[in-house]
Amino acid sequence: MISPIIFIILSILGFGLFTKNALKIRQNILLGRDLDRTDNKAERWKIMTLVALGQKKMFARPIPAMLHMALYLAFVITQIELIEIIVDGVSNSHRIFRPSLGGFYTFMVSFIEILSVLAFIATIAFLSRRNLLKLPRLNMKELAGWPKKDANMILIMELTLVTFIFMMNGADEVLYSKGWSHATNLGDGSLGLSVSSWFGPMLFGGMSEHSLHLIERIGWWGHLMMVFSFLNYLPYSKHLHILLAFPNTWYSNLNKKGRLTNLESVTTEVRLMMDPNADPYAAQDENAVPVSFGAKDVTDLTWKNLLDAYSCTECGRCTSSCPANITGKLLSPRKIMMDTRDRLVEVGEGIRKNGKDFKDGKSLLIDYISEEEIWACTSCNACVEACPVNIDPLSIIIDLRRNLVMEDSKMPTELAGMFTNIENNGAPWQFAQADRLNWADEQ
Amino acid sequence: MSNLLKVPTMAEMMASGETPDVLFWVGCAGSFDDRAKKITKAIVKILQNCKVKFAVLGAEESCTGDPAKRAGNEFLFQMQAMMNIQVLDGYEIKKIVTGCPHCFNTLKNEYPELGGHYEVQHHTQLLQELINSGKLRLEGGAEFKGKKITFHDPCYLGRANDVYEAPRSLIEKLDAELVEMKRCKTTGLCCGAGGAQMFKEAEKGNKEINVERTEEALETSAEIIATGCPFCNTMMTDGVKLAGKEAEIKVLDIAELIASASDL
Repeated sequence: MISPIIFIILSILGFGLFTKNALKIRQNILLGRDLDRTDNKAERWKIMTLVALGQKKMFARPIPAMLHMALYLAFVITQIELIEIIVDGVSNSHRIFRPSLGGFYTFMVSFIEILSVLAFIATIAFLSRRNLLKLPRLNMKELAGWPKKDANMILIMELTLVTFIFMMNGADEVLYSKGWSHATNLGDGSLGLSVSSWFGPMLFGGMSEHSLHLIERIGWWGHLMMVFSFLNYLPYSKHLHILLAFPNTWYSNLNKKGRLTNLESVTTEVRLMMDPNADPYAAQDENAVPVSFGAKDVTDLTWKNLLDAYSCTECGRCTSSCPANITGKLLSPRKIMMDTRDRLVEVGEGIRKNGKDFKDGKSLLIDYISEEEIWACTSCNACVEACPVNIDPLSIIIDLRRNLVMEDSKMPTELAGMFTNIENNGAPWQFAQADRLNWADEQ
Repeated sequence: MSNLLKVPTMAEMMASGETPDVLFWVGCAGSFDDRAKKITKAIVKILQNCKVKFAVLGAEESCTGDPAKRAGNEFLFQMQAMMNIQVLDGYEIKKIVTGCPHCFNTLKNEYPELGGHYEVQHHTQLLQELINSGKLRLEGGAEFKGKKITFHDPCYLGRANDVYEAPRSLIEKLDAELVEMKRCKTTGLCCGAGGAQMFKEAEKGNKEINVERTEEALETSAEIIATGCPFCNTMMTDGVKLAGKEAEIKVLDIAELIASASDL
């Protein structure tokens, strides 16, 4: 038989290409600055279990959460069936686990079928709210073009996948009941699958043995092809969150949300300034690498910011809770994440082609994210709170501000005034520090 | 204690060989902003009434650096932080209570890494403690009985530090009816002042954030909007004025409610 050979070649190609692209993504993420996020492992496992596996934060909006849960469970549990498909494919068998697993087999496949139906319904619902109901969150201007196509493409692929599953199982039910199936005949007259045992005869009941085998094979190979297409589509898609949600939540920020990082490079400088014994003319450490403050481009961000960007599935919960965006400002936390990913892909490709010192004269700040966007942020953490996979757009915004202010001295004039006031009077307004207790004398 | 309110400074305490139990960190708004000064005085009255041994830094206090940090000026922030830490450590301060969630957040979360380790509380947390320990009794509570009060979560108290219950439990102690806005607690909407926005004009948009938030507060038909932050207070007060509702709805800090309920 030729089919095991085709199967094995397809699998090697499918997994191989995916591995190649996954390694590129890893390489891109590691272009970011160092950051230690390996402390407190017990807490990290807990967060990953609750937020990624349990989808805790999705349930802030119960209806989409339930639909998403159905899709997610169907996706995860269908992978069990994939094990059989792989074993069958390599050994040229058919439903190899059925005789040995018996009732448990019927239960598992039936369970997968029920979840698949739910997933089908959820997918239709997702397609409708995106394209018919035009939910504002899913139709904002940053989604025009590729992101919108990407979203619809994933949903259509999911529908196709489920269709193939039911072609495969439905036709096989009819074949089995007539004693024509390649599955080991246990003399029970039906595969006993929850959906296909009535759906199969209803749709394919009157067909010839040849047609049934054809439909069953189209379903089987189609399912497999969709799995490989999907896997290899992921690295280019926002849908990568199905994999990266797990590491991204594991590496979550465990500190209070209000705590911003203290730039270490600045601490060194400030300590020197405040040290009466410091020698201002001392020779610089020869090995010292010049650092720039804050972030101008993606390589100035931490690897976690970059992992965040790849983990974003553009759901827009951040943007729909952002006070600046709600009131019509240009800022959209989702766009910050999308821009970061787009720019990272560009820089990563550039570095792979032209070597480590690749420059294209562009940067994340200015070319992708404008000053107007980042100055509209109130640092309220609503976006961070809203993200179902613990992405932190605020830390990128702050790092971009730091670069603007400390490297380029570019900021709204009122803020320059505020800085001067703090420097001179120890308050953001023009009041003398000596007057700080005057209130105690006022009636 | 040369002032009318008899507020002792750390310098005076130290000179007389005394150590306060807690340092009251007034903050820039609390020191200079006319509206916020009333909140400061309310906090002082409560502390004095409960016989809490406290002091302020007075002219030795300086901006924590929060607005500089959030506006991207890490240099200025760390300069401020390290100077403040020198002053605080000089007085061997262990415990701080702040009148402002921004000071609270910065002192509590961002100073330790720079060497400043203190136990920091927001004033609503201290007030809750005083009530729970029986030191603070709300005798004149009738004033707010049955009144509808909504609480606007300051971002730097709520989401930033997960303090949601302390201010709410205080409102309940007033026998008032706590009505929540549509967006509250973890999903509370910012007043528009955070991240140094207080000190600049907003970017171009179709609405001011404080107007959006005030409209939400007005929808609750509350008689009082309670806050725990001088900046939120300003933003919400402006919002109420713009809506022409000053006669119907007041914007008050939790400390002011408590002080008023205790006839202080």
